[in-house]
Amino acid sequence: MADQTQKKPLLSVTAEKYQTLIKQYTPKPTIIKNVVRAFIVGGIICSIGQIFINLFSSFGLARVEASTAATATMIFLGALLTGLGVYDEIGKFGGAGSIVPVTGFANSIVAPAMEFKREGYVMGVGAKLFTVAGPVLVYGITTSIVVGFVYFLLH
Amino acid sequence: MFEMIVPAFIVGGIICMIGQLLMDLTKPTFTPAHVLVSFVSGGAILGALGIYEPLVKIGGAGASIPLSGFGYSLAKGAMEAVEKRGIMGAFSGGVEAAAVGIAAAVFFGYLMSVAFKAKG
Repeated sequence: MADQTQKKPLLSVTAEKYQTLIKQYTPKPTIIKNVVRAFIVGGIICSIGQIFINLFSSFGLARVEASTAATATMIFLGALLTGLGVYDEIGKFGGAGSIVPVTGFANSIVAPAMEFKREGYVMGVGAKLFTVAGPVLVYGITTSIVVGFVYFLLH
Repeated sequence: MFEMIVPAFIVGGIICMIGQLLMDLTKPTFTPAHVLVSFVSGGAILGALGIYEPLVKIGGAGASIPLSGFGYSLAKGAMEAVEKRGIMGAFSGGVEAAAVGIAAAVFFGYLMSVAFKAKG
């Protein structure tokens, strides 16, 4: 025991130096990395959407119709990739880049519904489809009605 | 075939960056569900103010594929329907404009949830 107390401490650092060392070794904030990834993944998903808009336009659909059809196609792809377990992997890398596009909306519908299938097709699948889609529709539709109401009053 | 891809990438990327910042800077209050809800309502309000429309013109799918584009079409639909039908349009217009998206989400969502099993 006496021998051990005589030993020099392994790390001979002062309190202040220790603080700077802590800063040095704590992982750097990942915000910048996350934001860059979100930009790339979100950009790629929207580019794919644009390819579908261009494709449907070339079939002779009007601009708005082509855009709507492309959105529906992206919802289909998002739901399919979630079912296949691929979308979760995209999400781990892309963060908000995979959440904000409509494919992420599809993912938020399929993922909980699939997980709660054992609770049955009504209260499991049927109800859990709306875990996130429910709030989205509530706030989206409510906002649109308020917008319509205000627009009516101003005209 | 490949026109508008670059603007779509940039506008879509920037919108997703805003979502990521919202999540990272407010951790852990803002979940993905909060992000989606605020983007729908935010898009509807920006659409009503006439700010989102130019974004769709510039960015194409970059503005229409993010959920803010869904909110924009809800608001745009409500305003257009008010022009045609007055006050009832405020109720019907939004859902009408977004009907394809809502129906596709419910239908494909249900189909895939039934067809596939969750991992683990």
